[in-house]
Amino acid sequence: MSVSVALVYPDLLGTYGDGGNATVLAQRLRWRGYECEVASFGAGDAVPSSCDIYVVGGGEDLPQSLAARKLAESRALHRAVDKGAVVLAICAGLQVLGESFVGPDGRTSAGLGLLGCTTTRVPGARAVGEIVVEPDPAWAALGLESCTGFENHGGVTRLAEGTVPVGKVSVGVGNADGTLEGAVRGRVWGTYLHGPVLARNPTLADLLLTWVVGGLAPLDDSRPEALHRERLRNGPSERAAGVAQVQRAVRTAGAALERLARVGTGRRRPGAS
Amino acid sequence: MLAVDPRALAHLAQGRQVMLVSGTNGKTTTTKLLARATAAATGTEVVTNLQGANLTTGLAAALAAGPLGAPAVLEVDEAWLGHVLPELRPAALVLLNLSRDQLDRNNEVRHVAQRWRRACEKLDGRAVVVANADDPLVAWAALAAPSVVWVGAGLGWKNDATGCPACAGPVSFGEGGDWKCDGCGLARPSLDMWLEGEGAEVCAVAGGRLGGPARYVLDLALPGRCNEANAATVLAVVLESGWAGAPALAAMRQVDEVAGRYARAEHAGTRARLLLAKNPAGWAEVFDMVGTSGGPVVVAINARTADGHDPSWLWDVPFEGLAGRRVVATGERCLDLSVRLHYAGVDHAVERDLLAALAAAAPGEVDVVANYTALHQLLAVLGTGPGRRRPRGGGG
Repeated sequence: MSVSVALVYPDLLGTYGDGGNATVLAQRLRWRGYECEVASFGAGDAVPSSCDIYVVGGGEDLPQSLAARKLAESRALHRAVDKGAVVLAICAGLQVLGESFVGPDGRTSAGLGLLGCTTTRVPGARAVGEIVVEPDPAWAALGLESCTGFENHGGVTRLAEGTVPVGKVSVGVGNADGTLEGAVRGRVWGTYLHGPVLARNPTLADLLLTWVVGGLAPLDDSRPEALHRERLRNGPSERAAGVAQVQRAVRTAGAALERLARVGTGRRRPGAS
Repeated sequence: MLAVDPRALAHLAQGRQVMLVSGTNGKTTTTKLLARATAAATGTEVVTNLQGANLTTGLAAALAAGPLGAPAVLEVDEAWLGHVLPELRPAALVLLNLSRDQLDRNNEVRHVAQRWRRACEKLDGRAVVVANADDPLVAWAALAAPSVVWVGAGLGWKNDATGCPACAGPVSFGEGGDWKCDGCGLARPSLDMWLEGEGAEVCAVAGGRLGGPARYVLDLALPGRCNEANAATVLAVVLESGWAGAPALAAMRQVDEVAGRYARAEHAGTRARLLLAKNPAGWAEVFDMVGTSGGPVVVAINARTADGHDPSWLWDVPFEGLAGRRVVATGERCLDLSVRLHYAGVDHAVERDLLAALAAAAPGEVDVVANYTALHQLLAVLGTGPGRRRPRGGGG
């Protein structure tokens, strides 16, 4: 059996190494004796609707809007999903595949409606750092273990009634405030996790692959499993240290504003010049 | 110091000729080349921040330590450039390149390009910008400046520039660094300095607003096409300043090490050449330097603040090219690297400890490629260069 993997607009949505997800899927298939072809489709190419798996990455604001417009016009992903294709959409990709998202100009753009979620913008700081997600029971039953990744986004994603998340956030922010992460509908899997997520979480890679080829032979996963264990061990304290760093920066900025205010009102601290 | 007097930079810069270097990659090397060239051209001492201390406090410290009135050549963190330009009022501003780096801090490379463009808009006519015309993000930012010298410095990593910075339309790349946006027509400006030839024959050629054409054989001690481009960029600054090219070039040829990069060190039977690569664009340059030797390679990866906390960028590096060589993964994030190498089909050993990794690569000549804080740790444990300083900001 030959499996085709499409990397969708890596030139628009390829900022955070998410193209690596396609590499992981392809290698895990090849090591099990399947043929696998990975093809990249850039902003100037027509995205076909005939591939088995689609990988949509994270990206920056302006290219994200452009990618959403192009995919809405061509409806290539809609047709592929109708045919049963698996889609993995990361970060900006998750937002684009939802019902709507807020663009760089603050205006709400229509998404592709392939996931039951809407995304608005975070007032204030971005969510940046290590994240750990405990899988929803639906996915745990299929063998998905705790997922680790790196989140870096300014979106607040709310799930429509009945939309299943990837799981519950145990470290980090995820969709909104540290409760749920990601959105899944049918074989369309949306998540905020970079890393790339499939490099960090081999059980997620295999869950998606079973949707394409059925049962899978075991692999020697000693390298990916070593990373998975190490990230589960060290990710939480790294996130806590990152949050402490931001809090320090906010305190420093607050102190600077206070100093400026004193200068503005002519009240100077003794000794300051 | 800056908490007491926010205008300290402006006071310290007053009465000096200030030249600034910024960009994602090559800042520290280009700053050293420009400092040496300026010293040779002017016959005076030059103030510079050679340790890659390129945030505001590092700039102030460098200026405060140098003699009054001496010319200053300073590298500036790309995210901070807009903040310090009004204070430093440079005579020359070198803009090298922009690509993904430390995304957890800079978020989006396009935002950096936008900040650069706004900073360029505010420059007055006495400041000349020397910009890499081959990088669409840099060119778009520099086009807002009143006076620009355009250098064809090349662009080894194009994946951050395939969407037009002005309109997000598709950018097509042609022969020899040429590019054009199919959407709005933004295109590479015509060059005033470019590179010609290969190997020992490589020349920087001055033309356009630099007069000429005049050819300068580079013959550098530093390796790689990226450093030839850095030297050509410095030569453009030299000629634009009205200085002679030959003595400046002679001074640049003497540079064979930059803050530990390109330095050689011996440990446990290995003779190591130390190289810095902290993002995919940097790795494109490193493959140009180590590509064909076939010898062992040690790769050291950390993910501290100065490196960026997210090492996902490893997946944008074509490590498949290392297959068949002896490869050792090391550094605090050696397991992330190991998984990347695993999926790239590169057989490798994992040694978290840096010295153990060097020993595992023994014997013989080894290329050690490290990202920012990993290189500093290596220099410290090898007792070479400036590694004991705690890095801040992440010099390029």
